[in-house]
Amino acid sequence: MELFTNQVLAGIATGAIYACMALAVVMIFQAIDHLNFAQGEMAMFSTFISWQLMQWGIPYWWAFLITLIISFAGGILIERLLFKPLAKAPILTNVAGFIALFAIVNSVAGLIWDFTIKQYPTPFGSSPFLGSQLISTHQAGMIGVTVLLLIALYLFFQFTRIGLAMRAAASLPESARLVGINTSWMIALGWGMASAIGAIAGILIAPVVFLEPNMMGGVLIYGFAAAVLGGLSSPLGAVVGGFLVGVFENLAGTYIPGVGNELKLPIALALIITVLVVKPAGLLGRPIVKRV
Amino acid sequence: MTAMLNIKDLRAYYGQVQALHGLSFSLNEGSLTTLLGANGAGKTTTLRAICNMVRSTGAIEFEGKSLSGKSTENVVRLGIAHVPQGRGTFTTMTVEENLQLGAITRSDSKNIAGDIERMYGHFPVLKERHTQQAGTLSGGEQQMLAVARALMLRPRLMLLDEPSFGLAPLIVRDLFKILGKINREDKVTILVVEQNAQLALELADQAYVIETGRIVMSGDAKDIATNEDVRKSYLGY
Amino acid sequence: MSAAAEDVVTEAPAVEAVPKRAMTLGLGTSLVVLAALVLAPLFVKNFIIFQMTMLLIYGLAVLALNILTGGSGQFSLGQSAFYAVGAYTSAILMEHFGMNYALTLPIAGIICFGFGFVFGQPALRLSGVYLALATFALAVAMPQLLKLNFFEHWTGGVQGLVVTKPDAPFGLSMSQDMWLYYFTLVIAIGIYIASVNLLKSRSGRAFMAIRDNEIAASAMGVDVALYKTLAFGVSAGITGVAGGLGAIAVQFVAPDSYTITLAISLFLGMVVGGVGWLPGSIVGSAFIIFVPNMAEHISKGLSGAVFGVLLFLVIFLVPHGARQVAIVAQQMLGKLTKR
Repeated sequence: MELFTNQVLAGIATGAIYACMALAVVMIFQAIDHLNFAQGEMAMFSTFISWQLMQWGIPYWWAFLITLIISFAGGILIERLLFKPLAKAPILTNVAGFIALFAIVNSVAGLIWDFTIKQYPTPFGSSPFLGSQLISTHQAGMIGVTVLLLIALYLFFQFTRIGLAMRAAASLPESARLVGINTSWMIALGWGMASAIGAIAGILIAPVVFLEPNMMGGVLIYGFAAAVLGGLSSPLGAVVGGFLVGVFENLAGTYIPGVGNELKLPIALALIITVLVVKPAGLLGRPIVKRV
Repeated sequence: MTAMLNIKDLRAYYGQVQALHGLSFSLNEGSLTTLLGANGAGKTTTLRAICNMVRSTGAIEFEGKSLSGKSTENVVRLGIAHVPQGRGTFTTMTVEENLQLGAITRSDSKNIAGDIERMYGHFPVLKERHTQQAGTLSGGEQQMLAVARALMLRPRLMLLDEPSFGLAPLIVRDLFKILGKINREDKVTILVVEQNAQLALELADQAYVIETGRIVMSGDAKDIATNEDVRKSYLGY
Repeated sequence: MSAAAEDVVTEAPAVEAVPKRAMTLGLGTSLVVLAALVLAPLFVKNFIIFQMTMLLIYGLAVLALNILTGGSGQFSLGQSAFYAVGAYTSAILMEHFGMNYALTLPIAGIICFGFGFVFGQPALRLSGVYLALATFALAVAMPQLLKLNFFEHWTGGVQGLVVTKPDAPFGLSMSQDMWLYYFTLVIAIGIYIASVNLLKSRSGRAFMAIRDNEIAASAMGVDVALYKTLAFGVSAGITGVAGGLGAIAVQFVAPDSYTITLAISLFLGMVVGGVGWLPGSIVGSAFIIFVPNMAEHISKGLSGAVFGVLLFLVIFLVPHGARQVAIVAQQMLGKLTKR
């Protein structure tokens, strides 16, 4: 039993990483109805920016804030320059665009900061949390930030006019234009916010996985998985999905013989596909109704 | 009396297909005008062209300003509310959120709450259901919500696309009464596209008849209603 | 009045419709391409012949994806998994059972057809991003599965298997590379013709009906479930043959040759060639084989960025891929001949 509890705790700790990334995934899916394959790379780039700022002697929280602003602006810029022209292109063309963006960001980061692994600081410290060896104070802090972020997003979307407008633009673009919402800019705003949330995810994840241009590859896959599991239309679902994936992955590694570390990911993905086949909208998502 | 909306030689296209062939008409301020025509005559396309939701050429002027090249949202921001066919309800949001969305471009946020109450006055059933998801409303209720949402803009001109579609006759009568009241009391100019010609002609003071993308008849609603051809083609007696 | 929102009425579908007659090249163009493919190896070095063989092999794999996506509207980021299964089938049959390389290919195709058909079952319930994720998962899982200790006796584990390259038969005086090239060319042409005919057939019409409107297709009596799984099966089968050929050409199979990167490459090949346009497969294949090399050549450190920029240029300038170029070229040619 103790092994079980420990594995669940450890799963929640890693799940926090996935939850954070899944939030960014849901954010952009709400805005553009796509999974952005370059999201992890954008988050990695943001994290490097914050690292660079700290190298220049800027204190952690200032670097954090400046990075968020740069990431927000950068996300909007990428949308305006690269993806707005593709808005009417076939969906598969857009996917190719994400892959191109992935290659560019990854390569540029490697050129500027090279591929050596770098330490990344944490403001929460890394001592055991409440005497537990399984969760460090950093991981506890990460869970805390994720939950705060979730609450902030909820408040933003439920109680601000711009949040309402963004929801309207995402759910019914044509009707949204008919009440005077500039849907094109709502999409850009969605990119900006997703990029900023991705930056937060990267900054929180970097102390755990270390900073390097390929740090987000695996994380993004789990982020997608978590978001899809929880339901792509639900930020809460994304976070819950993130924790579930983390826990399941750990339990599978412990209890299913022959799984080990190598097969953790395929097993987690298999679970998700099973969930989707049974409940295609995800655990907390809204079913998609097709009109004929 | 000057015309509020002036349309000259409007031609609209869906891809290669031309749907409007040089349509011209105008609306007087404060009027309630109906645009009649059979299926596929171009009624909906006319409304969509005004809001620039379909590719078109020609001149559209609203209160002296040209609407050419303006995006849909900017046309709306000039005070033109469009209730689309199928109502365009934000089904996953609550009734109240739908109403707030109608007023999303207004800067006088203080008055919005008051306006929502006014809408509940016009349509009491919306008040009963104000926390409900709009998708759970009946067709008639959703149509009322669509009209209320459009009014939340405090529009100068309201365009309605077949508000009677799919509704029970009694509900349609109620809805049209309210439209008349809004037109008189709130001084909103209304252009309503209808297939239910009889009811529309009772309500309206001006009428246009459109056939295959052209205006073929225009005049006072009363005169049109008594016209022999119209009676045969659209009123069925 | 310029329209701000021209296409509001028609939502862009995931896959744009390609009319059937637009799926192939004209007879004249086909003969020119064919002649070039037959004659070119006589004048170039062995390494280039090898690259041309790979061009055909990836072309087949892209063609397979085109049948799936362009034909039935489904979407796969997991083609590398089918490719891997085909490659391993050929390699194991040749090395463990001493089977003739040519005979292993139909077996690889059949096994992959079955695998794809079975995988198509759960995929039936998924669409769009969900299907993308599911196929993606398959691609991610495949190298891990191939590394499992359980299969190590057959697969050679992480080390992989070395495959012997066949000599030209009947005492033909031809290098191994050149023989393999012509062997591949014959298979590729055969599969291409079969695919064109498949899409023109009754089944092809059913595929396209599903792609354009699934609900309407089922209302017309098309067995949507059967045809969607069949499309997966056919696509996987062709990919499997390509994988088998790939194993023979590269003389080596290992789990890490068949990662998600390969699946993404094949997907890009399809987009660049023009979704649903079968002749574009070879153009897409050329893109994924030569452009990364070119990018490397332009700047070593930034090869990824150069590749990305080139890809962006392609999708900005010709969002419908090589098909768009072909249509424009045809129109210009038409104007010239009229004069």
